[in-house]
Amino acid sequence: MSAFWHWFVVIITLAFIAVMVWLFIATGRSKVPTGTNAEGQETTGHVWDNDLTELNNPMPRWWLWLFYGTVIWSLIYLVLYPGLGNFAGVLGWSSEGQYLEERERADREFEERFGELVQKPLEELAVHPDALRMGRNLFAHNCSTCHGSDARGARGYPNLTDGHWIWGGEVEQVWTSIYHGRQAVMPGFGAALGEQGVTRTAVFVQQLAGLPVDETMAQAGRQHYEQVCAACHGSDGRGNPMLGAPDLTAGVFIYGSSLDDLRYTIAEGRQGVMPAQRELLGEARSRLVTAYVLSLNANGATDD
Amino acid sequence: MSNQTTYNDKVIKQFAIMTVVWGIVGMLVGVFIAAQLIWPWLGWEIPWLSYGRLRPLHTNAVIFAFGGSALFATSYYCVQRTCHARLFSDGLAAFTFWGWQLVIVGAAITLPLGLTMGKEYAELIWPLAVLVALVWVAYAVVFFGTIVKRKVKHIYVANWFFGAFILTVAVLHIVNNLAIPTSLTHSYPIYSGTVDAMVQWWYGHNAVGFFLTAGFLGMMYYFVPKQAGRPIYSYRLSIVHFWSLIAIYMWAGPHHLHYTALPDWVQTLGMIFSIMLLAPSWGGMINGIMTLSGAWHKLRTDPILRFMIVALSFYGMSTFEGPMMSIKTVNALSHYTDWTIGHVHAGALGWVAMISIGSLYCLFPRLFGVEKMYSTRLIEWHFWTSTIGTVLYIVAMWIAGVMQGLMWRTFNEDGTLRYTFIEVLQFTYPYYGLRLFGGIVFTAGMFIMVYNVYKTWQMAGRQTGEVRIVEPAHA
Repeated sequence: MSAFWHWFVVIITLAFIAVMVWLFIATGRSKVPTGTNAEGQETTGHVWDNDLTELNNPMPRWWLWLFYGTVIWSLIYLVLYPGLGNFAGVLGWSSEGQYLEERERADREFEERFGELVQKPLEELAVHPDALRMGRNLFAHNCSTCHGSDARGARGYPNLTDGHWIWGGEVEQVWTSIYHGRQAVMPGFGAALGEQGVTRTAVFVQQLAGLPVDETMAQAGRQHYEQVCAACHGSDGRGNPMLGAPDLTAGVFIYGSSLDDLRYTIAEGRQGVMPAQRELLGEARSRLVTAYVLSLNANGATDD
Repeated sequence: MSNQTTYNDKVIKQFAIMTVVWGIVGMLVGVFIAAQLIWPWLGWEIPWLSYGRLRPLHTNAVIFAFGGSALFATSYYCVQRTCHARLFSDGLAAFTFWGWQLVIVGAAITLPLGLTMGKEYAELIWPLAVLVALVWVAYAVVFFGTIVKRKVKHIYVANWFFGAFILTVAVLHIVNNLAIPTSLTHSYPIYSGTVDAMVQWWYGHNAVGFFLTAGFLGMMYYFVPKQAGRPIYSYRLSIVHFWSLIAIYMWAGPHHLHYTALPDWVQTLGMIFSIMLLAPSWGGMINGIMTLSGAWHKLRTDPILRFMIVALSFYGMSTFEGPMMSIKTVNALSHYTDWTIGHVHAGALGWVAMISIGSLYCLFPRLFGVEKMYSTRLIEWHFWTSTIGTVLYIVAMWIAGVMQGLMWRTFNEDGTLRYTFIEVLQFTYPYYGLRLFGGIVFTAGMFIMVYNVYKTWQMAGRQTGEVRIVEPAHA
């Protein structure tokens, strides 16, 4: 804030408060024309609509002091805290400072208590009860929005309990997915294949997944598949975790396996994103979450 | 001009009846979305019935359709009676009625279709926002034109509040809605980022301050002394709390943006002026309630007066709660919880709706040219449904809100959060049930009112006698 705006804020604020205090004091002292009504009460003498009149009672004293009290409180607050333009307040408080301080304290306590634990290998953490308890908690707060509180996923978001991995189920691969994030790049082939081509390819993909399909359509789709899809998903359709190309033979389709869903996927493409947790959770907590996710697949943590 | 000897009560009748109609519509939508929070399948996946679209419909219907119509009706009534003059222009007054109804119908169509500006309490798309501005300018011309025509020197206190409400809402509405249209239904605001947020909450909070507070205080200042048959308690008090209320409200908006990207110093100013707003807000409550001194016994027999006094009590309660919630440390707990919803409804049901209902019960017999409402007993019933409904609603939301705030900030020993979002939601369910029940009870009272108004209208028969303008008293 420039010096001009700083003083602008300071002067406007303080002058406004002064005017308000003046309003309370001056009105209390001012004289108004008065009359007396039939009951002998002092009135302003005005009458509207036959019977609307006003008494000239003084303002309640406790009410005036309530106002002055809030003014005094406010002025003290303006001395202690940021409020008057650039003036930071004598306590030096700021909301960002409070946040950083609380966060630093939480990190410090975490480091003291669990710093050693999280340095254990991920395989060990995945069977460590303390690590799993924290990992589950972190998962519930940070991951369940998309993957569900039971980690079984939702449309567009993979199930993390079924042993099926798009980006690979090895410990290092899962860690990379969580810590560095993933960006899927299934391009749209609607223009290249045409409407009929898209449908045939979708039918062939259904056949790869073992779904009952029209054999002729599937055979027609196979040609398209080999031309455009096999590069990533492999000629046998078993996918490639390096590219995040799902195994099409496993029968697991996060965007659905109906003909319409597959047609959309092939024609328009899919660009699912797993956000990197490096900046969000940090390394230590990402390790705990990874351990928890690995534990969900303890029986079959490998790509099948 | 012969009609210059009578009041224009036609437009008041129209607005008064639509107040009841829109009140029922708005409250039914509220009941429906309260039920959706318990049974999310309600709505049957029809986009027009989804919560996100019906919630703004509910808020617009109760604030602008129900509250707005009540303000039009009572301000037109009050300004004519206390200026001893007919409305400035019958044509413009009729335009405000039909224009306002068109805005409401437009809102009821566009909001469920998902057409919105995306600003809370300012959702209407730009063509409707333009229509609101036109109606509002006409409203200002009619109101201030009538003030100019007045046959008494002094302007009655209720008209100060109505006047401040009309002028300020025009400024708020126009500034907050400045946008560049990209199509008939879409536009971009001219502000961006934090500035946009600040303009929005400068508007949002002053919509509370001027639409829902100053406007209804105007209503209170006419109908409470009228119904009680007592003079206003203190002229000085009305001067001081009027000027301090309208001046300080302007600063309070930033308390809606605590702990956000808004600079700390702006948040602080929003907070200290919210605290300083406590006494000016209470001034209206004191003046209203103390106007009853010498007439306390009437509370036993007159449910209309009871509506007004309970409304003032809820007003005092929510204008205490508001400054408390604006304190940063309290806000850190209350913000984003159902406490806010409870606070809003303490004001909306307890204050705005109850003062309007009380004033309408005072107004309808006068408009129909009969002695009093068809049944005082039914008003009594309506009073209890309103009071009980409001109390159930706000108590449910207080408990839910405070518990949400506490649960969200509970940590485990290992530094992770104790409760997940879904666990907090599960805890909230019974209170959503209680809130729904409170809402149903409150809405039920509105149906009692419809019956009572209908019977009163029947009682009046076909008389359409115009009311002659009262000669000013020579005092």
